[in-house]
Amino acid sequence: MTELLDAHLVVERPGFTLDLPLTAAPGEVVALLGPNGAGKTTALRALAGLLPLHGGHVTIGGRRLDDPDTGRFVAAEKRSIGVVFQDYLLFPHLTALDNVAFGPRCRGVSRQRARADAAGWLDRVGLAEHARRRPRQLSGGQAQRVALARALAVRPDLLLLDEPLAALDARTRLDTRVHLHRHLAEHPGATVLITHDPLDAMVLADRLVIVEQGRVVQSGDAATVTTRPRTDYVARLVGLNLYRGRADGTTVELAGGFRLATAEPQHGEVFVAFRPSAVALYPRQPDGSPRNTWPATIVAVAPSGDNLRIELAGPIPLAADVTPAAAAHLNLTPGARVWAALKATETTTYPA
Amino acid sequence: MPPTSTKTAGAGPVAHLRRGRPRRGSARVPVVLAVPALLGLGFLVLPLAGLLIRTPWSSLPQRLTAPGVLEALRLSLVTATAATLLCLLLGVPLAWLLARTTFPGRRLVRALVTVPLVLPPVVGGVALLLVFGRRGLIGGWLDETFGITLPFTTTGVVLAEAFVAMPFLVIAVEGALRGADARYEEAAATLGAGRWTAFRRVTLPLVAPGIAAGAVLCWARALGEFGATITFAGNFPGRTQTMPLAVYLALEQDLEAAIVLSLVLLVVSVAILASLRDRWITTP
Repeated sequence: MTELLDAHLVVERPGFTLDLPLTAAPGEVVALLGPNGAGKTTALRALAGLLPLHGGHVTIGGRRLDDPDTGRFVAAEKRSIGVVFQDYLLFPHLTALDNVAFGPRCRGVSRQRARADAAGWLDRVGLAEHARRRPRQLSGGQAQRVALARALAVRPDLLLLDEPLAALDARTRLDTRVHLHRHLAEHPGATVLITHDPLDAMVLADRLVIVEQGRVVQSGDAATVTTRPRTDYVARLVGLNLYRGRADGTTVELAGGFRLATAEPQHGEVFVAFRPSAVALYPRQPDGSPRNTWPATIVAVAPSGDNLRIELAGPIPLAADVTPAAAAHLNLTPGARVWAALKATETTTYPA
Repeated sequence: MPPTSTKTAGAGPVAHLRRGRPRRGSARVPVVLAVPALLGLGFLVLPLAGLLIRTPWSSLPQRLTAPGVLEALRLSLVTATAATLLCLLLGVPLAWLLARTTFPGRRLVRALVTVPLVLPPVVGGVALLLVFGRRGLIGGWLDETFGITLPFTTTGVVLAEAFVAMPFLVIAVEGALRGADARYEEAAATLGAGRWTAFRRVTLPLVAPGIAAGAVLCWARALGEFGATITFAGNFPGRTQTMPLAVYLALEQDLEAAIVLSLVLLVVSVAILASLRDRWITTP
């Protein structure tokens, strides 16, 4: 597959450098996932042409748009891009229809055709009857759809979405996510989606690029990223316990000398991951099949879905999920000492 | 794989219940504040009341329709409007430059723009004479090349009024531009709008209320202009004699005529105040 977007974004800020290689094929949706301050929005602004690069390049559809080495910089208004901003930035003085028609108008389409075109886009996002409304008369979900229609109406090679669902409440977010997914699937160009919500990224994107402190720490499809996280941030996002150590067969020695028994034999530097629900807690030292048991101290207890998430300290920091019934039985309060047990077969080991 | 503990929505906002409201008006006002406050109020209102009391109501219709009055009023309205248009034409781009771009010496430029605000208008008139007068830097060239004379003409009145009133417009529009979210212009750029299109189709409509308010303020200032006008344009009835000049002249010959002219200006000013009441005058 030839890449529609081929970019290497280098932007320098005092105390921060973004250094992000990024590609996307036609029809592909790439999610940039990362914590706040990771440089995601900077990356989007650089792709859009709202911020010049300090190094690297941006090429869309074979056209070089930004290349500091040759001094080439194509301004935002001359790029084939569509942007859905986090707070949509619909023009408050224009109707929904004229907001959507704005892009085609700027690209030389006649007023009549631009409006007809815009009406078609509004129909496609299910807002045909809201064409005459102003942005302030639209709900959050409707405004998001108008913003999407406005960005798509210029038929961009590259569609950029900045936290498209962050401004919505939980209920609207669910509907809008499904809706957005359909439109992204139909979009023939490439899409780069910026989010800090792993669920949005996994539902909407074909490929995840995880960014921390301006750099790619991991990339791959949702299945790989969720089962084989490579940083603490990703492990927290997908809810796994993650450790790094040195494997020798089915034993992994972690930093600090703690040893974990694992199922798959590996050698050398590895990651070990397991789910919090795979951990069992006992009031006394258990005597049974689990090959990993160790004493731990409870640090915090918080609800997690139908269960309780227990944070523990000990030879390794650990998260464990237990049912409320089990918690009542065990007297799980911060400061209490318990034993943790983990079956070797519950662990996943993969090379670091 | 269950999506896990990344909760974005926090707990609901804690309601801060306020018990009772601060009671207004019931506080006792100390005499040291009350007396000067009332004196100040009287000082501002009494002269206006005096104007109304001394107005020759019975002869008002004849006096209003006297040829000089209508002529001066017409000239005032025309020149103030022309000056406002000139200020809009030059002042809005200047305000945009100050609000949206950075260039060396921007702060100095901003300070220079506000100088006419604090400058005595007579000084402004003298300065205008030195530049646009028949022997002035630009006036001399205009006179020789095109045969255009500015001082002591109606155009001169417009220039004098614009010079004094433009800072009001620039400052109002600059404030409106700073208050408007510049990211709308970025959104317009991503949709293919160049800077001029973005300014025309997005920025201008967004700050239109600010421009309107600035224009009204500018117009009111131009309407009342006296010092720069009489210095630069003189006092020729029908040509450069605006209402304020007519009032001053009438005062020396016919007190009642001066009162009537003043009353007309007062009515126009109050009308402007009323039209701006919602936007400018109400305190938060």
